[in-house]
Amino acid sequence: MYAQMIKSTGQGVKSLDEMEPQERAFQERIDAGGKIEPKDWMPDGYRKNLIRQIGQHAHSEIVGQLPEGNWITRAPTLERKAILLAKVQDEAGHGLYLYCAAETLGVTRDDLTRDLLSGKMKYSSIFNYPTLTWADMGAVGWLVDGAAIMNQVPLQRTSYGPYARAMVRICKEESFHQRQGFDIMMKMAKGTDAQRKMAQDALNRFWGPALMMFGPSDAESVHSAQSMAWKIKMNSNDELRQKFVDQTAPQAEYLGLTIPDETCKLNEETGHYDFAQPDWDEFFDVLKGNGPCNTERLEARNKAWDDGRWVREGLLAHAAKKRSAKMAAE
Amino acid sequence: MSSPESSPYKATEAAEHTETRKTEWPLWEIFIRGQHGLSHRHVGSLHAADAEMAIKNARDVYTRRNEGVSIWAVEASAIAASSPEEKGALYEPANDKVYRHPTFFDIPDEVGAM
Amino acid sequence: MSDPLFEYLCRLGDNTLVLGHRVSEWCGVAPVLEEDIALANVALDLIGQTQLWLGLAGEVEGDGRDADRLAFHRDVWDFRNVLLVEQPNGDFGQTMMRQFLFDTWHLSMLKALAGSSHEQIAAIAEKSVKEVTYHLERSTDTVIGLGDGTEESHDRMQKALDRLYPFVGEMFLSDDIDAAMVTQGIAPDPASLRKAFDAQLDAVLAEATLTKPADDFAHKGGKTGARHTEHLGHMLTQMQWLQRAYPDASW
Repeated sequence: MYAQMIKSTGQGVKSLDEMEPQERAFQERIDAGGKIEPKDWMPDGYRKNLIRQIGQHAHSEIVGQLPEGNWITRAPTLERKAILLAKVQDEAGHGLYLYCAAETLGVTRDDLTRDLLSGKMKYSSIFNYPTLTWADMGAVGWLVDGAAIMNQVPLQRTSYGPYARAMVRICKEESFHQRQGFDIMMKMAKGTDAQRKMAQDALNRFWGPALMMFGPSDAESVHSAQSMAWKIKMNSNDELRQKFVDQTAPQAEYLGLTIPDETCKLNEETGHYDFAQPDWDEFFDVLKGNGPCNTERLEARNKAWDDGRWVREGLLAHAAKKRSAKMAAE
Repeated sequence: MSSPESSPYKATEAAEHTETRKTEWPLWEIFIRGQHGLSHRHVGSLHAADAEMAIKNARDVYTRRNEGVSIWAVEASAIAASSPEEKGALYEPANDKVYRHPTFFDIPDEVGAM
Repeated sequence: MSDPLFEYLCRLGDNTLVLGHRVSEWCGVAPVLEEDIALANVALDLIGQTQLWLGLAGEVEGDGRDADRLAFHRDVWDFRNVLLVEQPNGDFGQTMMRQFLFDTWHLSMLKALAGSSHEQIAAIAEKSVKEVTYHLERSTDTVIGLGDGTEESHDRMQKALDRLYPFVGEMFLSDDIDAAMVTQGIAPDPASLRKAFDAQLDAVLAEATLTKPADDFAHKGGKTGARHTEHLGHMLTQMQWLQRAYPDASW
């Protein structure tokens, strides 16, 4: 999902017979469940797609700090404030791990940052939605992190070693994120009338965008097929979306909240929940930059980057002075 | 997560990657020894202006959940790494030296633990 | 006047509450990811200390107020933090200068409190000493690094020092409450910490190539609650809003 709308460069998936020996060996290693490491030979398209995917994933973590960071100073108890802060801090950490994984492919974090700030690289559409009430902290943890986990758990087995290792660490740390969100939702859903109203309103606003996180149906997409052959995408978008709905619908029922989709019901025949597709026109609008918060999010990142320049330069200059003083002393 | 072994690549979305890198903090590889006496293990990387800052950053980034009691920071560019093409020559000769492993030897059960 | 011990514990707890809140405002927008994560750690430590100090304050008071009640349901005039910590973040330099000035005082205060005759205070102080030792190391390094860095970073740090130095003196003022604590062996006289503070400040400023303002004027009114700056009220409207708007809810 963090790889929403990644355009891969291949013209369809080559068969092993069509490949040159080097590429064939590469593909066979992936097919056998082997890992590709930074210095190994890899097709250009594989490297390029990975840089975009990992970079986009990293950007999503960093931009993803903003909607939740929006409530840290308004958290209603000291404990809630600490939990939320620790969670948003984890997101910064996850961005950091992922940028480092991308750096093994020959780009720097600053390269990727500049691409984010200029709008050349994207981040997950979900973070362009506003967080309007405290219940949104619950909904984001429960739904957005819930959807993210669906995608991230299988990525621990992705073919690129540094990416897979980053995902292992991220998944380990993320395990508390969804729970803290659900915990907030429970408290709200079982609270006062006003709290219940906030909880339902949050679910209403985040349900569709959460479904969009998996990206549009990829049944027809050659790009997806190539990414799956390379094992940098492990499941189809539709498969993950269904899994998410199957998991989430009973939880909403437990909370006594109503999913804003009348068709969302357990289908006895298939054993899965039926559900309506989210508004894909809205999704493409958000992706184009017309989401409710695209402007604010990019402005905030640009401001942090510009305001921080003198700090980064200052500390670097001091380190250089220290180094030369040390050399002079020796 | 990271690794010092990267190869340069310029073809991301942004064509204009400036060559000047003077505002970038160098990359450091971080190794942490946990509480149970195992040796330092590579846990990931981070950016820092110098070694002291790298250790402090590592404390904040990589020991948030009591992961360690000792930190090593090594500038990524200072790490020498084997190259994958040499894999055969480096590691395969050990494959047939099976006598280095204890299971190579059959010791009768009645001898007891050995 | 209410119980001096209660007042005193509010001073300790409000310092960490207000500064923890200020530092948490950086989450997501720090100059570099590593710093973002480090600042969050500092804020988390301070919030944790707040829970302990204000929790104990509530116990001492005996009116059934817990740490959250004290943090979210008191008004500006009830707050007992020093004015320094409620000063706005400003740029990153101002934030780190404020942190350094407070950490230096905080650590020496906590070290003294670790030997308090009051067992619970000693225990909280001992736990906090470990956390604040690291805060001070980090803020000291940053003040030195930026003071000695580029021309721009030097200028910004000097400006931050000039802006904040008038709030240093209040940390060392002694009043009746402090005197009561000294008599009971609970806490040191703040004035007794000044000399060591000055020596440490001078050493760090020298390394940072920064100049201490000549004027020793000190604003006061925070720790007594007599007159806070305008900044605190704005902070509280944000921090306390949910609790005040929905007083019957639990979160």
